Amino acid sequence: MASLTEKLARFIQETSSSIPEDVEKTLVKAMRKEEKNSSARMVLETIISNIRLAREKGTPLCQDTGTLTFFVSESLRKKVTVEKLGEAVAIATKNGWLRRNTIETLSGKSIDTNVCAGAPVVHYVDEPFKRVRLIMKGGGSENMSMQFSLPDVSINAGRDLDGVYRAVMTAIERAQGFGCAPGYLGVAVGGDRACAFEKAKEQLLRPIDDTNPEKDLEKLEKKILKDANALGIGPMGLGGKTTLLGVKLGVLPRLPASYFVTVAYMCWAARRRELKF
Amino acid sequence: MLGGAQKGVEVLITQLTYPFEEKIVRSLRAGDAVKVSGIIWTGRDRFHKHFADGGKLPVDFKDGALYHCGPVVVKRDGEWHAVACGPTTSVRENPYEPDFIATTNVRLIIGKGGMDANTLAACKKHGAVYLQAVGGAAAISAAAVKRIRNVYFLEEFGAAEACWEFEVEDFPCVVAMDSHGVSLFDSVKESSEKKYREFIKK
Repeated sequence: MASLTEKLARFIQETSSSIPEDVEKTLVKAMRKEEKNSSARMVLETIISNIRLAREKGTPLCQDTGTLTFFVSESLRKKVTVEKLGEAVAIATKNGWLRRNTIETLSGKSIDTNVCAGAPVVHYVDEPFKRVRLIMKGGGSENMSMQFSLPDVSINAGRDLDGVYRAVMTAIERAQGFGCAPGYLGVAVGGDRACAFEKAKEQLLRPIDDTNPEKDLEKLEKKILKDANALGIGPMGLGGKTTLLGVKLGVLPRLPASYFVTVAYMCWAARRRELKF
Repeated sequence: MLGGAQKGVEVLITQLTYPFEEKIVRSLRAGDAVKVSGIIWTGRDRFHKHFADGGKLPVDFKDGALYHCGPVVVKRDGEWHAVACGPTTSVRENPYEPDFIATTNVRLIIGKGGMDANTLAACKKHGAVYLQAVGGAAAISAAAVKRIRNVYFLEEFGAAEACWEFEVEDFPCVVAMDSHGVSLFDSVKESSEKKYREFIKK
């Protein structure tokens, strides 16, 4: 029987090489909607063949294997430790499932194992499950994530859902194709600056076709998705009908003085996976 | 106008094979889908810096292609193989590219995210185009590299920054900046901004 470390390393490989089914389905649907032989169609066809090839070979979907963020059920804290996850990351890196992708910020030196204090990122979550979830998010998309503090007069956004709409649409417009569109958005409404980015990222774990328990947010998600795809930014920013694959809104309490809208931009290679125990 | 993305217009995918003749390159329009075959050379930050500092180029880039790419490569049985070689962001080479195009008569610049107005002007003046490769498509780009023929500056620049001589087959790209002064990024930015303003006005 495989050891826990090996099991976790394989889980990392699967996350790196195999895109979630719902994301792939959405990409295929989007591809069929684009004009034949258009640049948008060609880009999406290339993306879809890339997805199939990476899965078949077990190699990374994208050379930027990204920041690894683990969400571990609290009940597994003693078993799936930060140390164990680090060991698994080191093995996955050695086997070429992850790129040597971690840099000592001040010296610029490569940390060849991808493991050090702060990497990978591990959160323990109080939830009635026994599972490990992983998101791998690349730098190009991370650079396109942004935060708004409402009210924001420059985009005429007040402290209400219409203001949230304006902020998210602004983020999409500013990102153009630079985050490797078509993207997938996780958004946090409220919170403080730091926990809001975490919450926004956590939204990326939600399947594309799920339903937001908050009715107003569910409506807003649909509206943003529809309007974003009417912007015509398209795959890689080259024009087309597919700019976004999905938008997921989450909410946090806030201080009376603050109203943040935080947008985590994920590239088309929306790598997320769950391992049940 | 988005060239190949026009409604109802069937645009065939153009095959481009090295050496890339000026006449053919000048006939390309922003929005055209292309597939590149033959030899291409990689070059990114250190390569461009080397050129700007008056360093000697290892090969003749005339009618050639320069690919902004820091590949992941492995050596097996004495031969180099590409594992992942998608495009890197091109804007960092903006200060050097116009001069590089003028000096070498390179015809294809391949990368991600587009380049500035000076590079667009150089493409027009000297007959070159900027091709967008598909960002993140690491497995496909590696599969398109049939052979690594050579490598230059490996010791000096390291593997990610070296100048690799790839032999590619059907490497999929989109003409994003043509030799007629049209940049797809500019036109998409302009039209999406207009639409965005309409949504925000409501």
